[in-house]
Amino acid sequence: MSANMEDKLIEETVIALLRRAVATLPGDVLAALEASLLIERNPTAKRELSRILENVREARACMLPMCQDTGLPVFFARMGFTFPGFEEAVARGVRRATEDIPLRKNVVHPLTRENTGDNTGKGMPYICYSYEPSDYIELIVMPKGGGSENMSALAMLNPSSGIGGIKRFVLDTVVNAGGRPCPPIILGVGIGGTADECMALAKKALLRPVGSHSPDSSIARLEMEMLHAINATGIGPMGLGGDTTALAVHVEYACCHTASLPVAVNFQCYAARRARARIYRDGSVEIGGE
Amino acid sequence: MEYHLSTPLSKEAVASLRAGDVVYITGVFIVARDKAHMRMAEYFKGQKELPFKLEGAVIFHGAPIVKKEGNEWKIVAIGPTTSARMSSLEPAVIEHGVAVIVGKGGMDNTVLKALHDYGAAYLSMTGGTAVMGARMVKKVLGLVWEDLGMSEAVWLLEVEDFGPLTVAMDSHMEDLYENVRRRVAENIKSMHL
Repeated sequence: MSANMEDKLIEETVIALLRRAVATLPGDVLAALEASLLIERNPTAKRELSRILENVREARACMLPMCQDTGLPVFFARMGFTFPGFEEAVARGVRRATEDIPLRKNVVHPLTRENTGDNTGKGMPYICYSYEPSDYIELIVMPKGGGSENMSALAMLNPSSGIGGIKRFVLDTVVNAGGRPCPPIILGVGIGGTADECMALAKKALLRPVGSHSPDSSIARLEMEMLHAINATGIGPMGLGGDTTALAVHVEYACCHTASLPVAVNFQCYAARRARARIYRDGSVEIGGE
Repeated sequence: MEYHLSTPLSKEAVASLRAGDVVYITGVFIVARDKAHMRMAEYFKGQKELPFKLEGAVIFHGAPIVKKEGNEWKIVAIGPTTSARMSSLEPAVIEHGVAVIVGKGGMDNTVLKALHDYGAAYLSMTGGTAVMGARMVKKVLGLVWEDLGMSEAVWLLEVEDFGPLTVAMDSHMEDLYENVRRRVAENIKSMHL
């Protein structure tokens, strides 16, 4: 495959991924929303959940963006190999998708607030890389809405705060956010690492399928306990009260300095949009809904 | 209670709305978010007349995805944005005659007080439901302050039976979000973490 062809392939794949992501909610998220409607007891919350499900189904049927906030272009790339021009090809895909789908133009300069007009700019799209030897590039898009992202929080706790301190910080952050991040939320929690690594872990945790548990049993227990506590608060869908505040809590961790206990929280609204593709060296592409 | 209202909204109609009621609105929506609120504040300060009427009007906190078909704008998707960001700028807007604010997540106490003092209400639309939102828009009536950019400009929309919207903050100082916050604070007290 020539560099030119690779470029074109990435560009087209990015458009296909964004088109799929903004219009169709992954099956695991949809199933979690449907399950929550069955157990929800609050009538207002039931109405909110029904409305959410109705909208999500309509969006899929018409292939239209389910939310007007089509988010920031956030990508996770697992690189088995690479080629020059990869990043520019992703950016070109984002620009074309912005016009073709269309997406809302959300990207602005942080100080002048001037809109770049095409959803790209310095540092955008944001691509988070990892390397794993293979004959493909795996690309996941996660359009990230502003309402939920704005509620992100980081705490550098004292190690003596322990698990109780972690839970307290997470719960306080969720309570403070209330209805603003569009609950029912999916909560990504990072524990450990450095400050920046911790926040990256919290975001990566959002990629996990809803309903999955950490393979580490002590972390899995923490996930379940926090999910239970968050739903016991009664914040409810859109902050109007109810049993359904979170669909899942996902925790990712890394080892950290003996003097530190970083904890990061990254919110995902119920519209947990993501789509995944594998682009093989021979030019074939597999797009999975995931 | 369920209400079907038309713009411009009368004081009586808004006064009858109580927290928890469900509302559908037909008429004109003024779509305005962060930058539009900042510009409205400048206009108020300079005592300049706005290019749209606020008396009995509905302010919608949102920004649509739009598409131009020939000479006409078409709304592809429209849902509510987080209202709290506009809290400090909203009392002045309410003072200038706005009857109803539509958004998500609620607003602060200064807004609740303004709703009470000027007889207005805050209605919540289910976040993200932008396909359903677009279905209820019949026509784009106008685009104002285009220089703010498509996501921040003011759109004047003709809507039909736009809802269901939940009355979340009424003109009688009742605030569903505050009630939920109080219950949440109680619930947390009894948790052993």
